[in-house]
Amino acid sequence: MYHLFKPFARLPLLAATASVVVLAGCASQVPLDDKKATVSSAAASSASSAADAATASQIAAAKAALGKVKPSIYFDYDKFEIKTEYQPTITAFANYLKADVKARLVIEGNADERGTTEYNLALGQKRAEAVSKALGVLGVAANRVEAVSNGEEKPRAKGSTEAAWAENRRADPLLK
Amino acid sequence: MTVPTSQFIDALKHWRPWVVKGLLWSALCISQAAAQTPLRIDITGVGTRQIPVAVAPFDSTEPALKFSRTITEVIRADLARSGVISIVDAGTPTPALNERTPTAPLFVEWKQKGAQAVAIGSNSISADGRVETRFILLDTLRSESLGGLAINAPSSELEARRTGHRIADFIYEKLTGEPGFFATRLAFVRKDADVYSLVVSDSDGQNTQIALRSKEPLISLAWSPDGTQLAYVSFEERNGVNKPIVYVHTLASGKRAIVANERGSNSSPAWSPDGKRLAVVLTRDGNSQVYLVNADGSGIRRVSRTNGIDTEPTFSPDGKTIYFTSDRGGSAQIYRVPVEGGEAQRVTFNAAFNARPQVSPDGKYLAYITRKEKQFRVGVMELSSQQETIVSEGPKDDSPSFAPNSKWIIYSSQLKGRNVLSAVSLDGKLRTRLSAGESEVKGPAWGRLP
Repeated sequence: MYHLFKPFARLPLLAATASVVVLAGCASQVPLDDKKATVSSAAASSASSAADAATASQIAAAKAALGKVKPSIYFDYDKFEIKTEYQPTITAFANYLKADVKARLVIEGNADERGTTEYNLALGQKRAEAVSKALGVLGVAANRVEAVSNGEEKPRAKGSTEAAWAENRRADPLLK
Repeated sequence: MTVPTSQFIDALKHWRPWVVKGLLWSALCISQAAAQTPLRIDITGVGTRQIPVAVAPFDSTEPALKFSRTITEVIRADLARSGVISIVDAGTPTPALNERTPTAPLFVEWKQKGAQAVAIGSNSISADGRVETRFILLDTLRSESLGGLAINAPSSELEARRTGHRIADFIYEKLTGEPGFFATRLAFVRKDADVYSLVVSDSDGQNTQIALRSKEPLISLAWSPDGTQLAYVSFEERNGVNKPIVYVHTLASGKRAIVANERGSNSSPAWSPDGKRLAVVLTRDGNSQVYLVNADGSGIRRVSRTNGIDTEPTFSPDGKTIYFTSDRGGSAQIYRVPVEGGEAQRVTFNAAFNARPQVSPDGKYLAYITRKEKQFRVGVMELSSQQETIVSEGPKDDSPSFAPNSKWIIYSSQLKGRNVLSAVSLDGKLRTRLSAGESEVKGPAWGRLP
């Protein structure tokens, strides 16, 4: 009994360690004014380091563009069409995936609480798939994108109001 | 493929082996939820006519006294919960009554006290430490014995409760003509703060065991037909992604196996009546569609073929038909299709939203969620007549599951914005509610004892 919840107490520590690693990984991709990085890569051929730098700057630009668009795509009740106001989001993610060829995208679809658990999972999936198809139209290979669903299980907004429901009819593209 | 009881166990294994041991132990042990609010069962609807029944204290001496007290408490609580039986105060008869007591005077005495039937019995400890329970049921109106039971069980509190449930089932069946539903099990999901627990309990919410804890949602519980395994969907992380994956969990060993982990979402498991395969919903071919898979995860075969949503499959008890929800007609409706292939046929027509079908174990009824006046309620359709009865009030009822005797349905419901479990008789008149204080309980599955 006494140790049942110990593992959970430990979890934040594990999670914190993991996110530090991730942050370090991101930072190392854009060391453009870092003189040490330049020095250490001097051994590599100048052509390839120039290409690396070009790729890195493209990735940085694509990432910056991602920061300027709406991060989520919202849907109407029982609807799956992507409204034109979210086309910049789709375009920005497509551009990022083209720039950063190692990146993968998981699209998490969500549904509001109305209806049944399993049907809402399918609704969320249909929204995630709509985003996935829109990326495909822009030339993103299907194997770089996985559409999955949270159904009604992970509501960002709690409560049973129209505003909460609207917030939860959503797809979130998440870079991996 | 076998996977550990929870993902984080993997991470802990290397530096805290004793914690892993403790967690695995917790998956098997009983009633260790001491820190949590106990489950509470309330009777919220009773029949207009109730059969008055007395349950005399079972004759026993130490050390079987506690076992006896538990048995009589459980029998009385079960019968009262049925809604069709009322309990007549039996007092403490002197001398104590047991199955050897001459019955002729008892008929007169208990008829005068207003009991149409009286249960009497005894407990004794046998040489090997087990408890021998003997009981008979007397019909005071007809002055005859309705038979009885002899049960030999280990002397634990858990077994005392199970013995009580079996006796209550016997009494219920003799007096109502229908099989009882007390010696059965429930599985459901309990949420405390950010922790989801997969809970298995007796039909009265007692004898709780926690089979799994997770920080991610658990949904879509389904009992294997033999009552030894649970299929469910877990959102726990695998390979850096949180997404729905279908697992089968063997309760006695705590072992889990992945049944479906295809690209996309994997959901909505339902067992075939022979327990050899499951219907699941996969999105690997682009939409939520119904597939069949062997219980070991092999042999995936697609069943439905539409461009929309096909989900929530469930088998008819003869194993020949799959009922499921589809939006092929423009709104969510229930259809059925032969398992071996053929044309799907629409089953529901009477609302703009009908979903989550479940066929009763006797094959006569279909329970589902229907949207009426903006409320999601439980509907019951008699399949032969297509007559529909709405048996719940909403506003957000979900996950109906039949009792093994086909006479009751348990489902998820909301009370003051909190998730509780409600159970209702098929006619909608008898009701009970299972709640857990501040905790949320949802997604019930009603199964038989193994």
